[in-house]
Amino acid sequence: MEHHEHHIHLTPSEPTHHEDHIVTPGVYLVIGTCLLILTAATAAISYVDLGVFNAVVALAIACLKGSLVVLFFMHIKYSSRLTKLTVGAGFFTFLVLITMTMTDYISRAWGRW
Amino acid sequence: MDSHTVAAQTAITPHDEHAHPPFLRHHFENVAQQREAATFGMWLFLLTEIMFFGGMFCAYLIYRNWYYPAFVAGSHTLHIWAGTLNTALLIVSSFTMAMAVYSAETRKRKPLLRWMVITMILGTGFLCVKAYEWHDEWVEHHVPGLNFSPEQFMTGTKAYPDDKLPLDMAEKTQVYFSLYFAMTGMHALHMIIGVSLLMFLFVKAYGGAYTEGHVAPIENFGLYWHFVDIVWIFLYPLLYLISRHQ
Amino acid sequence: MSTIVSLPDQSTARLPKVSYLNKEYGLKSWLLTGDHKRIAVLYMISITFFFFIGGAMAALIRMELLTPVSDLLAADTYNKVFTAHGIIMVFFFLVPSVPATIGNFCIPIMVGAKDLAFPKINLLSWYLYVVAGIMMICVLTFGGVDTGWTFTTPLSTHYLNTHVVTAGLAVFVAGFSSIFTGLNFIVTIHRMRAPGMTWFRLPLFVWSHYAASILMVLGTPVLAITLVLVVLERTIGIGVFDPTKGGDPLLFQHLFWFYSHPAVYIMILPGMGVISEVISTFSRKRVFGYTAVAFSSVAIAVFGFFVWAHHMFIMGISNYSALVFSLLTMLVAVPSAIKIFNWSATLYKGSITFETPMLYAFGFLGLFTIGGLTGVFLGSLGMDIHLTETYFIVAHFHFVMVGGMLMAYLAGVHFWWPKITGRMYPEGVSRLAAVITFVGFVLTFFPQFILGYLGMPRRYAAYPPEFQVLNVFSSAGASVLGIGYLLPLLYLTWSLKYGKIAGPNPWQATGLEWQIQSPPLTENFAETPIVTHEAYDYEWLENTKAREVPTVG
Repeated sequence: MEHHEHHIHLTPSEPTHHEDHIVTPGVYLVIGTCLLILTAATAAISYVDLGVFNAVVALAIACLKGSLVVLFFMHIKYSSRLTKLTVGAGFFTFLVLITMTMTDYISRAWGRW
Repeated sequence: MDSHTVAAQTAITPHDEHAHPPFLRHHFENVAQQREAATFGMWLFLLTEIMFFGGMFCAYLIYRNWYYPAFVAGSHTLHIWAGTLNTALLIVSSFTMAMAVYSAETRKRKPLLRWMVITMILGTGFLCVKAYEWHDEWVEHHVPGLNFSPEQFMTGTKAYPDDKLPLDMAEKTQVYFSLYFAMTGMHALHMIIGVSLLMFLFVKAYGGAYTEGHVAPIENFGLYWHFVDIVWIFLYPLLYLISRHQ
Repeated sequence: MSTIVSLPDQSTARLPKVSYLNKEYGLKSWLLTGDHKRIAVLYMISITFFFFIGGAMAALIRMELLTPVSDLLAADTYNKVFTAHGIIMVFFFLVPSVPATIGNFCIPIMVGAKDLAFPKINLLSWYLYVVAGIMMICVLTFGGVDTGWTFTTPLSTHYLNTHVVTAGLAVFVAGFSSIFTGLNFIVTIHRMRAPGMTWFRLPLFVWSHYAASILMVLGTPVLAITLVLVVLERTIGIGVFDPTKGGDPLLFQHLFWFYSHPAVYIMILPGMGVISEVISTFSRKRVFGYTAVAFSSVAIAVFGFFVWAHHMFIMGISNYSALVFSLLTMLVAVPSAIKIFNWSATLYKGSITFETPMLYAFGFLGLFTIGGLTGVFLGSLGMDIHLTETYFIVAHFHFVMVGGMLMAYLAGVHFWWPKITGRMYPEGVSRLAAVITFVGFVLTFFPQFILGYLGMPRRYAAYPPEFQVLNVFSSAGASVLGIGYLLPLLYLTWSLKYGKIAGPNPWQATGLEWQIQSPPLTENFAETPIVTHEAYDYEWLENTKAREVPTVG
């Protein structure tokens, strides 16, 4: 590599070397097993009457499963800050779409004023 | 070779192997920059996919709130064994895909090929189960717009005899099935594209393209595959598990 | 009139022997290129083509509106004409205008890179644009679509039998063209800056494109899925927007405007980037409040996602939700205003000269301010009830898009023309065209504010006779405007062969693109540049020139 001997920090786009971290098969196995257990759990819980919390629990488990995939299978836990920010920005925008659209639908029933 | 002469290279001049690997594109300074740019690019593409599916999740949220009984009844007609099996297939395929990435990173060609094949088989298995389910829904007149009939939802089913809805709510099950087909259909399309890409990558991996340091295509395809898995992880409870206790 | 233009001695000046234009010859070398500069030129040709088709539609509209009755075009045909005008101008001209042409050309050079991060994706982006364009031309040839560019349901899904599906799919494909351009820019700006090119040394043009690219990547997919749902609704009748099946037509509008409001910022932000460059260069002064302008670009992008329902105030959304969106709309105007203030402060005590790009920039400053201000009026809930769906809206968005964005595009084309082609355009006729454009524009669109306020509805082929006088003014202005846009097409083409040789830096501008030859080499830089100066550093430029050894071109 050519310019690393420069004494001035001249390389703002310098690679972060985060991808050099190789995740071991052991980690994948553990996470994969967790995901399967959580799948069984979410299926089982849906047969139990928790009222309105059925949806909450189901979504919570789904979010947990999704996070495990994102963090470990997709290596976000070991990625640069930029990558983490990027993923965050994506989910944030998705949440904006959902919540702000819902402000309309939720408040329609409140009457005109 | 200094940067000046590297930059002034034309395509015809043969490259000194030690200057840079053959897969380094010339507009990048080094392999690390190329790899990070590719991964970043793939993540940005996945952001577009989040927003693309997001529109449908938004529609789902609204209509589930409006027509909850219809959504419950519609969800009851899905085969929970099929949905759970499919979820398991995809989770395992994510594991095998992660192992494929590991094999590429540790430069092991044969394991890479094996893991890729298993992933392909699991993905195709998913699609077969999906096809069976869709055929079933067609037979039961649950396909919106084409042959939909709300009859069943006014009389109740064998498994859920209490699923008797008044006519106007029974008709709203069509909204549930519209979203079901739109979302699983879009997901299946992404699976088909994924499996096809995987086949293409397999051919190149067979020739050793990804076990000599050029891991980015496998890594980034892995990201795509995991993302499609995550979409299903959310589709499964939202479509199949809407209150199975009722 | 004084000028800062500094050209090489024309008797001895020659275009550089090797540049990106003559490096390779033949159609294949252009159609299969990865060179961002060639792709920029391909885009420039394509969007100019579509601009004039959209312009022809505009001409038909203004001709019809000369008289109060629907005598030139039947009402259905008129609907098709304004729909075509809208779809083509928004998706096939304004969205790609600056980013795909000037952005593609300049951004790698401005950050000090040899190309964008993904040259093949860049080329794919152009091909998607062409495919979408061909689909749109098919739509026009086979009878058109009359939904308005907004495809509002349930009209588009249930009450029309025109080519909604094809048009929707054309826009879908064009959307992906836009997404890939934005994706490329984001990765390039983050990961391919030259040594020393920190974020805050980047030209503000780059910041604007960065912000616009975020919008492209995050917003456009929602439009894509919306159009897919419309297509499914029309073809197999899934019922997602159909009230008789339990769907909500308003859901379409939520999803559509979730993209289409950020879309207007996608359109204007790159233009604002051009204005930053032009105003700085022709005042010989760094942009006042660099950080504020940079962060304002990002703020516009972020806030732009929170305001979409202000397009839906009268459509049936809840008043509580409308309140929230109205308040947020007031907020989103602030960063744009900050930019206008900063540009004005840049002009203050600068050495201002009035070359053509600067004339367009001045036009932008005045017209965009008016357009933006009227946007704030419309964002206010009470005003919007009266003004929405009238010509006030039409005037508002034409002021920002045509008076603002199109002027910025023309400013950019003129500013970077010498860099792209190596030749100068003729200054006299170009200044004339700029003035004609400004006069034509004001005459065309200012009366429309009055018309809208008086109550003339938009998208109507016929109108009450008392509105005719103002409509005639507007149409008269449109013909002047047409001349103003035709002239650049003619003299810019002329300049390709007969224009003066420009040399590397005819404007004596800062910025890396002005330190290399015109037209640039394919790889842009012979050596990776190492950046040690701040943006808009005119003193650094003076020192560099003083120490420069003149070389033969």
